[in-house]
Amino acid sequence: MERKIRVLIAKPGLDGHDRGAKLIARALRDAGMEVIYTGLRQTPQMITTAALQEDVDVVGLSILSGAHMTLVPRVMDSLKEAGLGDVAVFVGGIIPEEDGPALQEMGVKGVYGPGTTTQQVIDAIRRLVPAQAED
Amino acid sequence: MRGTVDVQAVLAGDRRALARALTEVENDSPAGREALDALFPSSGKAHLVGVTGSPGAGKSSLVNQITRLLRNPEEGEAKKVAIVAVDPSSPFTGGAILGDRIRMRDIADDPGVFIRSMASRGHLGGIARTTSALVRVLDAAGFDLILIETVGAGQSEVDIARLAHTTIVVEAPGMGDDIQAIKAGILEIADILVVNKADHPLADNTLRALSASLEFARPGQMAAVDRFHHKELAFAPVKLDQIANESENEHWTPPVLKTVSTKGVGIEKVVEAIGKHAVFLRTHNQWQLRDAARLQEELNELLMAAFAAEWRKKVEQSRIEAVLGEMLERKLSPQSAAFKLLSV
Repeated sequence: MERKIRVLIAKPGLDGHDRGAKLIARALRDAGMEVIYTGLRQTPQMITTAALQEDVDVVGLSILSGAHMTLVPRVMDSLKEAGLGDVAVFVGGIIPEEDGPALQEMGVKGVYGPGTTTQQVIDAIRRLVPAQAED
Repeated sequence: MRGTVDVQAVLAGDRRALARALTEVENDSPAGREALDALFPSSGKAHLVGVTGSPGAGKSSLVNQITRLLRNPEEGEAKKVAIVAVDPSSPFTGGAILGDRIRMRDIADDPGVFIRSMASRGHLGGIARTTSALVRVLDAAGFDLILIETVGAGQSEVDIARLAHTTIVVEAPGMGDDIQAIKAGILEIADILVVNKADHPLADNTLRALSASLEFARPGQMAAVDRFHHKELAFAPVKLDQIANESENEHWTPPVLKTVSTKGVGIEKVVEAIGKHAVFLRTHNQWQLRDAARLQEELNELLMAAFAAEWRKKVEQSRIEAVLGEMLERKLSPQSAAFKLLSV
């Protein structure tokens, strides 16, 4: 059976706007992926627990509050601590371009600001997580 | 590492190893099948509780509240709880949105709880083809109680009753009249009936309709072996007659309970009923009966799949195509086509 790509879409921090998160979840679903959506106001610990229990290949963080430089390192540390350093992390939302390199340095695999097409994200995930045909 | 399972780590309670094992088993990979074999002797201890009902009835919220209470009991020890939550896959793309965790944030960080979402992956019946296998892994990993939340189910998604020891059917008020309550299907499989959203003005009507339907249609809980005989097995099942006879006289009457799961109202009664049902099953030997029925059913499914695979090896593709062609031209009925393909 073909292995499905499993993606966790999470919203860390306090902003209450999840339209973007839902939109990307829907697009990834339509691309044949299994998307675990956890809802608003997730702590780094909650995101890590969900990523571990669901054994996801990718974690997508949606952040619109401007707190990404605080939240992302905490999520990255928490994931690493749990032994999930190999999970690919993407960040989307209102992210100023100049923050991109710093985020990538933290280990983020892709940063997607306004104007990104859903296809770009789908392609990036497919490049990082080749679906392995098993059996 | 993907593609491998550390069975010892799973048995020792390592969560990462468990999550990886679940993936392999869900994908029915060689490593997954090996792990299932190795874990099978350690399974069979957990109380399997199914939660089913129509979309939006409040299954996830109820599972959240039940788990919360099981983790913080007024007396006795807290149970270790695993949750398997199934959501539908798209029939067109195979993708899925698994959103049951949204309602389970109260228990998300509890180390004594393990939540796993799974997509139905094209399987009908309310659960995925590998749900029972995932449950078996969690059982072997030492969880005391496993809650299995089905896809939002309608009238005939009754697979859950075959998997679970205890089936909770969740209804919301205002979903049809009393005729709905006496139709065959999902209500018949309920060991516990819950009317959720009980603060709704129509809640008491629903409660009355369900209670009335149970009163005059109650044939007593059928023996587990019989429950599954709507489906023919490829072999004569072991009936465990002696056990069945002993338990014939006393029946479990499904309680009808009211809850408001978003506010945590009425949950103690549900948890109490789950506990009572487990005691009932054990004292009336129905626990073994249900286990026996489930394992035989599973063997049956595996046999069928194996037969089909064997057959496919024997018959040539060109022959299949020829027969298919005849059938599509309406020269050959589907029945005759099946016979023709079987006589190789």
